[in-house]
Amino acid sequence: MERGGLHRFGARALHVSVLGFFVVALGFPFFWMLIAAFKQNIDLYTVENNPFLFNLPPTFEHIRFLFVETRFMRWLGNTALVGFLVVAITLVLAVPAAYALARLAGRWGERLGIAIFLTYLIPPTLLFIPLSRVVALLGLQDSIFSVVLVYPSMTIPFSIWLLMGFFKSIPKELEDAAMVDGLTRFGAFFRMVVPISVSGILTVVIFSFTLVTQEFVYALTFISPERNQMIGVGIPIYLVRGDVYYWGSLMAACLIASLPIAVVYNLFLDRFIAGFTVGSVK
Amino acid sequence: MSAGAKREERWLAPAMFLPAVFYILALVGVPLVLAVLYAFSDARIGGSGFHLVGLENFRSILQSPGFRKAIRNSIVFTLSAQVIVIVCSNILATALEEPFRGRGLVRFLILLPWVAPVSLGTIGWKWILDSIYSVITWVLVALHVYKPYSAPMWLGEPNLAMASVVLVHCWRLIPFSTVIMLAGRSAIPKEIPEAAAIDGAGFWRTLFQIKIPMMTPILSVAVLFGIIFTFTDMTVVYILTAGGPFDSTQTLPSLAFATGIAGSDLAAGAAISLFLVPVLIAVAYLMLRVAHRSEVA
Repeated sequence: MERGGLHRFGARALHVSVLGFFVVALGFPFFWMLIAAFKQNIDLYTVENNPFLFNLPPTFEHIRFLFVETRFMRWLGNTALVGFLVVAITLVLAVPAAYALARLAGRWGERLGIAIFLTYLIPPTLLFIPLSRVVALLGLQDSIFSVVLVYPSMTIPFSIWLLMGFFKSIPKELEDAAMVDGLTRFGAFFRMVVPISVSGILTVVIFSFTLVTQEFVYALTFISPERNQMIGVGIPIYLVRGDVYYWGSLMAACLIASLPIAVVYNLFLDRFIAGFTVGSVK
Repeated sequence: MSAGAKREERWLAPAMFLPAVFYILALVGVPLVLAVLYAFSDARIGGSGFHLVGLENFRSILQSPGFRKAIRNSIVFTLSAQVIVIVCSNILATALEEPFRGRGLVRFLILLPWVAPVSLGTIGWKWILDSIYSVITWVLVALHVYKPYSAPMWLGEPNLAMASVVLVHCWRLIPFSTVIMLAGRSAIPKEIPEAAAIDGAGFWRTLFQIKIPMMTPILSVAVLFGIIFTFTDMTVVYILTAGGPFDSTQTLPSLAFATGIAGSDLAAGAAISLFLVPVLIAVAYLMLRVAHRSEVA
C-alpha cells in the first residue's frame, strides 16, 4: 500500500514536471514579449540588470509609441480589410463547391476533393516568383489587393475539404424532404443545408481569417510601401529601425497582434485538426 | 425525384464547383507552369526579353556552393526538427491525455507557438537570442558558465545559428504535432490498452506494442505535414538570420527569395524553388496512401 502511494506520487510529480517544462519552453517567448513591452529602455539595455525583474518602474511608453508614432494601427486595419475580403471570396466559392463535391458528384466528387486538398500542400515558396509577375501584370503590385487575390487560392482548398466532411455528416433525407415540399436542389442547399451548417461555415471563416494574419511570404514579396503592409510583415520588417533600439514596441506589437488571433484559433483548433488528419482518424 | 430536379442536378453540380476549380487553376496551376517555364528561361525583374535557355540555370546553380549548402541545410533542418518534434510531442500528448484541473489553460499555453502568427513568434525568439541582451546569455553568465561579454552570439556563429533555426522550427511544430497525436490517441478504443494491462503488459510494452502501432497512420500524418511546414518554410530563417551568418543558414526557399526577388534573377530563383517539388510529390503520394489505407481498414 505504502509503495503504491509512493509510486502514484512519483507518477504525479513526473506528470507535473513534464507539463511544467513544456509550458515554460513553449510559452516563454510570449512571456518575454510581455516583460519587454513594459520595461523602460534603460532597464532593457543594461546588461547587468536582472532581465526577469523590473529594475525601474514599468512604462506604457512603448505601447504609446506603437499606436501613435508607427503605422501599427494602419497595418491592423489593412489586415482586417484583407481578412474580410478573403473570407467573403472563400465562402462564395468554397461552400457551393464543397456541397456539390460531397453530394452531387458521386464517386469522382470525392477524388476531385482529394485533388483540391492536395493543392493545399503546394507552398507559397514554390509559387511566389511567378505570382509576383502575375501580380505586376495585373497592376496590383504594392496594393493590398494583390494578397486579396492570391490568399483565397490557399484558403479555398482546405475550406472545401473541411466543408465536404461537414456536409457528408448531414442526413440526405433533409434535402429530399425539402425537395418533396417543392424546393429545387439549389433551394434545398441554400435554405436548408446552409443554415444548419453555420458551425462548419464559421470554422472556415476563422481558418481563412487566421491564415491571412499568419501569411508572410506573399505579403513580403508583393507589397513594399510601409503603409500598405499586413501585420505579419509590417511588424518584423518595418518596426525595425536601423541602429535605434526598438525592442519594447516591437515586442508589444507582437503580443497585441498575436494574442487575439491565438485565442480565436485555439477555440476552433480541434476542427482544423479533423481536416488535417485526412480521414486517418475515424 | 422529379424529371425537372434530375435535369437541374446535371448542370447544378458543375455550376457549383467549377468557379472554385477555375480560381485554383488560375492561381496555383498557372503559376506552377510558369515556375517551370521561368526555370528554363532568362527572365529577370526589369528585363525585357524572355528566352528559353534550356538547362543553363540548373547548370549554374548546381555548380554554386551556396546552392549545395542550401540543399544540405534544408535537409538537415527538416530531418532534425522532425525527430525532435515526434519525440517531444509524444511525451507531451501522453501528459495531456488524461483530464486534469487547468487542462484548458495548459493546452492554450502549449498551443501558443502554433496558433500565433509565425513571423511574430520568431521575432520573440530573435530578442531572446539577441547578440547582447539575450536572456539566455544573462542566465549563463549568472550561472558562471561564461564570463560577462564572452558568451557566444547565438545567431552570429554558423553552428549556433543553425541550431537556433531548428529550435524555432521545433518550438513551432511541437504544438501542432501534439494535437494531431491527441486526436489519434482519442481514436484508440480504451478497451484495447486496458485489456493489455489486465493481461500483464506494462506501460512501455503497451506503448510500443499497442499504442504506437495503432497510431502509425496518425504519426505519419504529423510527420508528413511537419516535413512540408519545415522544408518549404522561409519565414523562420528570413526573420531569424536572413540566411546568415555568411549564408550558413540559407535554405532552398530563402535562397530562392534572395536570388529571385531580392536579386531580381527570376529564372534562377524559380529553378531553385523547383527543387522543392520532388519532396512535395513524395509527401503527397505518402499522404494519399495513408488516407487510402485508413479508408480500406
